[in-house]
Amino acid sequence: MKKAITAIVFFLLVSVLNIHAETIEVCSSCDVISIKEAISLAKDNDTIFIKKGTYKEFDIVINKPLTIIGENHPIIDGERKGEIFTIISDDVTIDGLFIINVGVSYTEDFAALRVRKSKNFVIKNIVLEKLFFGIYIEKSHHGKIYNNKIIGDAVEEHSSGNGIQLWYSKHIDIQHNFTQRVRDGIYLEFSDFCTIKNNVSTNNLRYGLHFMFSNNDIYENNQFENNGAGVAVMFSKNIKMSNNVFRKNWGSASYGMLLKEINDAEISGNTFEENTIGINIEGSNRITYKNNNFIKNGWAIKVRGACYTNTFTANNFLYNSFDLSYNSKMNDNIFDGNYWSNYTGYDLDKDGIGDIPYRPVKLFSYIVNRTPETIILLRSLFIDIIDFSEKVSPVFTPDNLLDSNPSIKKITW
Amino acid sequence: MLKILKYSFYDLMRSRWSYVYLAFYLMLGIVLLFLNNDLSKAVITLMNVIIVLVPLIGTIFGVMYYYNSKEFTELLLAQPLKRSSIFMGQYLGVALSLSMSLVLGLGIPFIFYGIFKSNAIWDFSLLLITGTFLTFIFTALAFNIALSNENRIKGFGYAILLWLFLAVIYDGLFLMSLLVFEDYPLDQFSLFASMLNPIDLSRTLILLKLDISALLGYTGAVFKQFFGTNFGLIISFLALSLWVILPVFRIVRKSKKKDF
Repeated sequence: MKKAITAIVFFLLVSVLNIHAETIEVCSSCDVISIKEAISLAKDNDTIFIKKGTYKEFDIVINKPLTIIGENHPIIDGERKGEIFTIISDDVTIDGLFIINVGVSYTEDFAALRVRKSKNFVIKNIVLEKLFFGIYIEKSHHGKIYNNKIIGDAVEEHSSGNGIQLWYSKHIDIQHNFTQRVRDGIYLEFSDFCTIKNNVSTNNLRYGLHFMFSNNDIYENNQFENNGAGVAVMFSKNIKMSNNVFRKNWGSASYGMLLKEINDAEISGNTFEENTIGINIEGSNRITYKNNNFIKNGWAIKVRGACYTNTFTANNFLYNSFDLSYNSKMNDNIFDGNYWSNYTGYDLDKDGIGDIPYRPVKLFSYIVNRTPETIILLRSLFIDIIDFSEKVSPVFTPDNLLDSNPSIKKITW
Repeated sequence: MLKILKYSFYDLMRSRWSYVYLAFYLMLGIVLLFLNNDLSKAVITLMNVIIVLVPLIGTIFGVMYYYNSKEFTELLLAQPLKRSSIFMGQYLGVALSLSMSLVLGLGIPFIFYGIFKSNAIWDFSLLLITGTFLTFIFTALAFNIALSNENRIKGFGYAILLWLFLAVIYDGLFLMSLLVFEDYPLDQFSLFASMLNPIDLSRTLILLKLDISALLGYTGAVFKQFFGTNFGLIISFLALSLWVILPVFRIVRKSKKKDF
């Protein structure tokens, strides 16, 4: 009974609040014909409906808690003059706009939508085209960015911006967005406790997703395809990366994932397919790699140096040209219970674990590290012979680097 | 020429060795596909088989056939026939029957497996095409060796040596030279050197399909052009054709001048 009463009271309160909040309509034949005007007329918590049409406006500052809803995606055209929306108030919701022609500048980072020092904002169903920076979140927290579509036309790194950029922001939730052909699809700098889920990031000039100095973030179920270099995670701690797909990042400096100075991360359930380098690891410690699929990559994992106490367990390494490459003889990482499609051992006691250990680093990968042109001899009979002799008695590759319990069957999870 | 081709071809089709060769490929195909159940792995293993075994069998078989049918050849030479058509007919007979064994032997298990529905069809047909090229090249080289050496033992010796050189030793020397001259820009050299060996050439061709992601990891512009576009594919096929044409040309010339 008590619960029912509180529910009713709550309902009443909400409806009272709703009555207070007014709605303003913007269209070419309405009383209010510009968005700026509507914002100046609106009171706190009002809703502004923007009807279908083209609005040539820029430098729109939202300085009070408002809900702005576009009906059938009205076009906001900035005519390349500058920034379009700047949100400087808490509790702002923006929904269903089509924003084009953001100004390009070499001195200022003009964005289609900038959120500055605000909290509890929601940005959803926005379509951005012909942009410089897309959605720029600056020193804000507890926001949501859902279902946006960002399609850039970036050609060069220095004259293009990022799709979604977070700077000194916390607890931001980024889901179901689609970014294409910008510099970085999603970029986080000094941003902690963010969640990045179910996004698709393709054909970007630099990275699909980029972390810098950002800790305790989670990204999962995202798809990164054909970017300059997949995902770059740099100088960050406690990042959880799971169930993402990294595909077809091809080129001399292309990686599915680039890890640099990353500590205590967890990488699980990801698929790395047909990348030149699946994961490139540099100066990263205490990372667990579990249940990942590495399929048909040039190098599944390239370890550059200063990587300690990483564990690789229960991953599938399938038909990679090289499973693993090391550039030193030192090894402090653990490989255990993975499935290697190149494994040639046997399992006489039928426990599903190969009886002889597998050595993932081949002599040839050491040679290719030294003289890259030798890659043309890949899969030659002579190379197989020298790889075999190195396998029998390791001289150039770390001799304690082996998987003692290689799985006989592909691992499923 | 066609008559001689037909005769050689039927003669070989009846011989035990063709059956053994065909049976070997059938077995290999079936074992790879039905015991392994993994198409990608099967294609990689097949590649190793093709670039090592096909040249070996081509050379041995070519030399063997030439020496075995020598008396018959001499009989034919007494007839009013053009020399080139006698030898070309024999050569084509051997090369065609070997290629047929290869294509049928590997093709049948793969068709039963359902290659037409799989997207590995291009990798697979590329394998068969390069296999056929290698058969033609190495049979021609074998005929060259046999024509130049009356002594059978010597001929066989040279044939084995040729295979060993092209399949293993050449790559060893190639690797050594790359390591010794690593301070110099080597991408043009390495591409050129792989054109000079038909086994390396066909390996490169297959790599273009199988390991393209690794090949694109190297920064050289020449590499990038070669591997990143269809340019590499076209050049490789041209070079392979050249490798067939030149030895065949020499068979024709040599046979015209030779005293029997």
